[in-house]
Amino acid sequence: MIKDKIISLLPYAEPFLFVDDLEHIDDDGCIGSYTYPKDSFFYAGHFIGNPITPGVILTETMAQIGLVCLGIYLMREKINETTQLPEMAMVSTDINYFLPVLPDEKVTVTSRKVYFRFGKLKCAVELRNSQKALVCKGTISGMISSKPLSQLQNR
Amino acid sequence: MDKKELIEALKEVAQPYIQDEEAFRHMTEETNFIDDLKINSANLVDIILDVEDKFDIVIEDNEMEDMLTVKSTMAIISRKLQEK
Repeated sequence: MIKDKIISLLPYAEPFLFVDDLEHIDDDGCIGSYTYPKDSFFYAGHFIGNPITPGVILTETMAQIGLVCLGIYLMREKINETTQLPEMAMVSTDINYFLPVLPDEKVTVTSRKVYFRFGKLKCAVELRNSQKALVCKGTISGMISSKPLSQLQNR
Repeated sequence: MDKKELIEALKEVAQPYIQDEEAFRHMTEETNFIDDLKINSANLVDIILDVEDKFDIVIEDNEMEDMLTVKSTMAIISRKLQEK
């Protein structure tokens, strides 16, 4: 499965798509990047007169690249593009933050699969800035199903 | 391991994930992890993984689908321990 195909299958769009490029992906993890445009919607209010990328957006970026892109890749054989895309729900995050990210900064996310069992994908993720300095790191987990999630949760 | 020991061991595994203290205090073989203890599907996976570690067994995907109640979980653990 090619990397552009994975990005095209992501269930996100502007202004909430935080994946520009996937540099590497295999069964054990992936590396991808995103640049936060300076006119991104959240800079208008975070913070007043002092635009800094919100931590929740950094976490979302790690989830979209590290968990969702990897999840689509791991489910590649079960994906029937016409009828059934995998559905995902973030179920847990544990992230520590070390540096701020300013408008127009490019960040790179590295994700390593901890386990993918019984539909739960747990990844160790880290996000670095263009100087390769550590911005944030931790673990993110999600449930992935080729069945609609509503069915899964009602079981 | 007898039934009583097994249910106590299972209680220990489940405790970090339960969301209903009252139901947990009265946990019996009939208790359902999701309906009674209000454990979500993600934490149910954590319980299965912890069960694997605690009893040194491997649970298959199709077996996990049956592990929704204390009773069915105990049955699978017992069978796996006997097979060892």
